[in-house]
Amino acid sequence: MNSPLITTKQHQKLLSKRVKRRDRLLLNVIGYTSLSLIAMFCLVPFLLVLSSSFTSENSIIDKGFQLIPSDFSTEAYGLLFKYPNQMLRAYAVTISVTVIGTAVGLFLTSMTAYVLTRKDFIWRSGFAFFFFFTTLFSGGLVPWYLLVVNYLHLKDTLIILILPMLLNVFNILVMKSFMSSIPDAIAESAKIDGAGDFLIYIKLIVPLSKPAMATIGLFIALGYWNDWYNALLFISNENLMPLQYYLYKMLGNMEGIRKAMLLSGVVTNVSLPTESLKNAMTVVAIGPILLAYPFIQRFFVQGLTIGSVKG
Amino acid sequence: MNRNNFWRNLVRYHTLLLMLLPGVLFFILVAYIPMAGIVLAFKKYNYNDGIFGSPWNGFDNFKFFLQSGDAWDVTRNTVLYNIAFIIVNNLLPIIMAILLFEVAKKWFRKVIQTMMFLPYFLSWVVVGAIAYNLFNYDFGLVNGLLRGVGMEPIDIYNTPAYWPTILVIVSAWKAVGYGSIMYLAAITGIDTEMYEAAEIDGANVFQRIWKITIPNLLPTVIILVLLAVGNVFRGDFGLFYNMVGNNGLLFESTNVIDTFVFRALTLTSDIGMSSAAGFYQSILGFVTILAANYAVRKYDKDRALF
Repeated sequence: MNSPLITTKQHQKLLSKRVKRRDRLLLNVIGYTSLSLIAMFCLVPFLLVLSSSFTSENSIIDKGFQLIPSDFSTEAYGLLFKYPNQMLRAYAVTISVTVIGTAVGLFLTSMTAYVLTRKDFIWRSGFAFFFFFTTLFSGGLVPWYLLVVNYLHLKDTLIILILPMLLNVFNILVMKSFMSSIPDAIAESAKIDGAGDFLIYIKLIVPLSKPAMATIGLFIALGYWNDWYNALLFISNENLMPLQYYLYKMLGNMEGIRKAMLLSGVVTNVSLPTESLKNAMTVVAIGPILLAYPFIQRFFVQGLTIGSVKG
Repeated sequence: MNRNNFWRNLVRYHTLLLMLLPGVLFFILVAYIPMAGIVLAFKKYNYNDGIFGSPWNGFDNFKFFLQSGDAWDVTRNTVLYNIAFIIVNNLLPIIMAILLFEVAKKWFRKVIQTMMFLPYFLSWVVVGAIAYNLFNYDFGLVNGLLRGVGMEPIDIYNTPAYWPTILVIVSAWKAVGYGSIMYLAAITGIDTEMYEAAEIDGANVFQRIWKITIPNLLPTVIILVLLAVGNVFRGDFGLFYNMVGNNGLLFESTNVIDTFVFRALTLTSDIGMSSAAGFYQSILGFVTILAANYAVRKYDKDRALF
């Protein structure tokens, strides 16, 4: 039945190509659909908050939170910025903690990591184990809490918001595996020229590690920006509340805000747009992360790729 | 002789040692001193005598913890949640990574990756606020949709039975982007010659995924899963605390060891019992991570932690 112009072999080839095209198509359909669905699933809850923050309170009470505001309103933001002192203070705390913590943390992380890459350092593996052991066994929350509160007396200080997250073993290991890819010859030739170890680290290793520095720096900064846990444990002074903890407090204490606003005369009526206000606060607390996200995202992707190669 | 060597090395490496000093002091302060503090679990703590001066009370704290009736609940919750997280938060990213690698045009891949990675950047407090918008009884989107199709709204924040599912979904929501990127990097690392060879042999895409991508990915998956199993007794405090808060109605299905310890410490100031529970968790965690590492070592010596 075959057309005489096409040999069996050619026929098979054509057939297999068609089959291949069909399975490609099927995979594309599955792929594009499920990827889009999952991506929407990740984005939609966030959009819901954004949209709710721009919806009038009455509309929320009537129709609930909606993905597209049925009654657009900036009332919540207006109210938030009419009484900005506490929010600004929380911002100031978070920004200082993030800047100081990231600068010091990055310096200590890279310096520690560098020493651990030095193959000629005879106690290298001993120290590596000293750091690593802390990820295996921990004293737990209670001794740490008592140490900070009763012995170090760091409750309600900025230090306790910075100190605990300065270093972590994961960051040291990622940095170390990146630095291990820098040829030893570079440090050795500098040594012959009489450069000391610290000078080699500052003048040679740091500039060569820029990609890893950027990535680890952003990881540290994100950790500080999003931290609420240390504040939950150790901060009760309102002036020292970082942004995320301030948001946490406010979400749970709308009644308190209403009273504060009544006392200060910002609002005169008894009701407050509680629901839209909560959402506006959430958006403001995400704030800079959202603006920077498109630009910083690739550094994180890069970092995960470095981290997945074990050094 | 040995001692001589020690001093000589001390002089020889003094710069490197000084460079390590801040890091060493840091971990002594935040990790090793608290480790010594686990003796609290065997003491009747009082403020005046301090951690080391307080009198011993043997296993009383543990007895109290075990008899409180919460010990079994929080252990079960911690382990079961973690197992669910391990399964979902690896399976979903693997599928996503394979699809991203196979089908996506470059711009599409970028867009999807950007959307999926966003939740990773949000703090747990923000995640808690988002969850409220979805699950709130009066205004939440979920109940809005249910009402829209004429169904009865459900009182999610007062019904413990919904929470295991919700917490697994929220955890996946935050983790899927991170995991996909990591697995995508692993897939990109697979030798392309293998794919070309398969193409020449006439394999279709599904056969290729099944016979090449997945087997090549398996070592990475096994390692990551084993390491995660090592942490099966450590609960994700941020997730549980911000999703549930101090809503006692939900404790039965959402209390994990970490939230239990935190509440015992901060709400009831029960130093003895909370440190006993913490000690219990540390020991279990230590044993499982050693076991997990042993398993990794058996499987692939080079990828073991130590």
